[in-house]
Amino acid sequence: MASITDAGSGTEPARYLKRQTRWHWAETLFWLGTLLPFFLFPDYLQLASQIAITALFALSLDLILGYAGIVSLGHTAFFGTAAYAAGIFSKMVWGEPFTGLIVGVAAATLLGYASSFIIARFRHLTLIMITLGLALLLEQAANSASWLTGGSDGLQGIEIWPLLGHFDFDLWGYTAYTYSLIALFVVFLGVRRLINSPFGLALRGIRENAIRMPAIGAPSRKHIRTVYTLSAAIAGLAGALLAQTTQTVALDALGFQRSADVLIMVVLGGAGRLYGGLIGTIVYMIAHDQFSGIAPQYWYFWIGLLLIAVVMFLPNGILGGLQVAAAWVQARWSKR
Amino acid sequence: MLPPVFGVLFDGLAYGMLLFLLSVGLSVTLGLMNFVNLAHCAFAMVGGYVTVLLVNRYGWPFLWTLPLAFLIPALLSVGFERVFYRRFYGKSDLDQVLLTIGIAFVSVAAAAWFFGTTQQPISTPEVLRGSFHVLGLDIAPYRLFLIVVGVAVTAALIGGLEYTRFGAQVRAAVDNQRMASGLGINVERTFAITFAVGSGLAGLGGALAIEIVGLDPNFAFTYLIYVLIVVSVGGLGSIGGSLAAALLIGVSDIAGKYYVPQLGAFLIYLVMLAILMWRPSGLFGRR
Amino acid sequence: MTAPALKTSGLSKNFGSLGVARDIALDLPVGGRYALIGPNGAGKTTLINLMTGMLKPDAGSIVLGGEDVTALEPQDRVRKGLARTFQINTLFPGLNALEAVTLAVAERRGVSNQFWRNIAEYRESIEEAYEILAKLKLGDACYQPTRELPYGRQRLLEIALALATKPRVLLLDEPAAGVPHEESGEIFDVVAGLSDQLTLLFIEHDMHVVFRFASHIIVLVGGAIYTEGTPAEIAADPGVREVYLGKRHHG
Repeated sequence: MASITDAGSGTEPARYLKRQTRWHWAETLFWLGTLLPFFLFPDYLQLASQIAITALFALSLDLILGYAGIVSLGHTAFFGTAAYAAGIFSKMVWGEPFTGLIVGVAAATLLGYASSFIIARFRHLTLIMITLGLALLLEQAANSASWLTGGSDGLQGIEIWPLLGHFDFDLWGYTAYTYSLIALFVVFLGVRRLINSPFGLALRGIRENAIRMPAIGAPSRKHIRTVYTLSAAIAGLAGALLAQTTQTVALDALGFQRSADVLIMVVLGGAGRLYGGLIGTIVYMIAHDQFSGIAPQYWYFWIGLLLIAVVMFLPNGILGGLQVAAAWVQARWSKR
Repeated sequence: MLPPVFGVLFDGLAYGMLLFLLSVGLSVTLGLMNFVNLAHCAFAMVGGYVTVLLVNRYGWPFLWTLPLAFLIPALLSVGFERVFYRRFYGKSDLDQVLLTIGIAFVSVAAAAWFFGTTQQPISTPEVLRGSFHVLGLDIAPYRLFLIVVGVAVTAALIGGLEYTRFGAQVRAAVDNQRMASGLGINVERTFAITFAVGSGLAGLGGALAIEIVGLDPNFAFTYLIYVLIVVSVGGLGSIGGSLAAALLIGVSDIAGKYYVPQLGAFLIYLVMLAILMWRPSGLFGRR
Repeated sequence: MTAPALKTSGLSKNFGSLGVARDIALDLPVGGRYALIGPNGAGKTTLINLMTGMLKPDAGSIVLGGEDVTALEPQDRVRKGLARTFQINTLFPGLNALEAVTLAVAERRGVSNQFWRNIAEYRESIEEAYEILAKLKLGDACYQPTRELPYGRQRLLEIALALATKPRVLLLDEPAAGVPHEESGEIFDVVAGLSDQLTLLFIEHDMHVVFRFASHIIVLVGGAIYTEGTPAEIAADPGVREVYLGKRHHG
């Protein structure tokens, strides 16, 4: 029987895998970059906070889309449920932010856990339709239950207490951005850890070849239920943050539009690449903010073209494109 | 005197026939090539705008525009299939979804650019307007016309599928693509033609829909959701399934809005979810 | 008397009126080297799909080492020791060989649902995976994405993945399918080197290979067992020759 200490391999495989998961200097640069708005764009902190929240939502979608391969057109079900839950909680119980977050996340997690049993059993069009159907159902329900949700007027009168009793959620957005950014970073670290764990490997296995998984003894459905529930929890956190930082919740938190937008952001940045959702969100939302003057259908004209271009020429999004460019540069460099 | 439920049924049937026309093409092409074409309703929209253009700008009578409302989207779809769709046949669901959503977005913007964002009214022929009183119900001749067209199209489709050689080729390819091409059936050509017919029918549906639900650039998405519901409930690749599902959804929607208006579209989502969970491949899907 | 490694009785499956499996009865002893041969379309892969649970039978039972597994899901049968390889490579294109086999090992060890520790900390799983790869001469290529591996090596990886589940019974579906004759030797060396505690059933078209490895041959025609016996018996059987061996076949 061959010993792995032969040929100097030793613990080489383990060290190789460890190297793949090491923190890269570009990542440090990215996170330092997220601090820039405090110094360079203090007028845009509200926008920055919204970007952080949407990036968190995109991260949750990337987890099921980019890693497990589940195409969901209804992920706003969790985002919106948590937003309403947190908002209603603050109106009816108290405005303490951390408990509000917990309530929002709990609501989304429960919904995610329940629907995970259904989701894990289906694939392809049926799966897409079920995710869409659940979200549309919730949106209709929220519209109808206007006594609770404010219906199409949205949830009004949310009042969030100052964070830690001291930091006000004001119009400037310092508190909002700090709050959202910390949430994003903490969750990101958790997700990064998950991706580099055996479970992350199993998810990639499901994405790469769902048929092979049972043949190696993998309980794919159980894995999918787990990741779906976790993803719902993270989407819920984003939704609750939205309710607290903007102190309002409207039906669009549950709408198809937002689901489609976030899907575009993840794909734009590059699905299954951890930072793809974040980069895609930043690019999309900054562009949207800059072009906010133009009518929605013209915005979607360009987004439509962009989608077609991305899917035809840049299938792995911006990050994929950067990877290809970097490899090309490296090849040229080594030929010198 | 018939109770109002019959009126609801009649309206539901008419609406269902409309949904059938809009959906049958997508169901067959999905079953045939497994290609998720979310731009399907954009073709429907094109048919609608063709009619609008011909009636309002050039004064054509409504009924004469219908063949063109069928033909132009059909021809357009052949072009799109050649240039775009063909490269995505084996690709993942997500890639197909993104490509076709992108195309749909662009078409919505184009429609808004050329025709503006408001609903476009058209004038329908005298004979189809208004309503007449029968057995205590208000029957709109236009809806009757819709049902007749729906029945005619169904008969033509089923007849074509069962009794023509091309129909046999389509059935074989839906059943087992590899085997079909092994038998010498040109699967790609079969698909191109089926796709064209499906898009043409959608265009026809779009033109007919103007009078019932109105036409604006958002049609491509608003009705996409209904179409997807019909297709997934009916089962991919099944004409009978599309018809059954379309009628079911049509009647449920009208009935829901009539009897329990606060629930709105709630009812059809529940119906869809219930059916999909009971039969994931749809009522008449294969698996 | 020990229970057979794998036993099926009355295994049947119909697609409409087409009987793809008709009353199949198999009895594989522990350590057996059984070959399953038959013309194309005879239902050999279908039989493997039935035995592994990818296809649900209309009738019959499957007993693995004395335990009835007919109602079990495919992944549960793998856990009980029944593994298979695919005729067409069914691998993880974006994962490298090390990751793929480590995944299989991790699943077997039940640690694949742990998401809070870095994969590199699972030393034993990784080492076990590397050992399997090294044994199959894939050690040096184990960091390359699967899609970049040459075809012959991908076939070896197919086997590696199955071996990672530590099976008691291994079903090989044309292990050297599509591999040029010069390279298929490597694959069969691996097959030859497998432990004799491991029970093998392999589908093969190349009769040289069948006669080299098999202790018992089952001939499947039209979904039913036509005949079975030792290689000598099968070689001498004129009916088999007519139905299969007589035809020109591609090595």
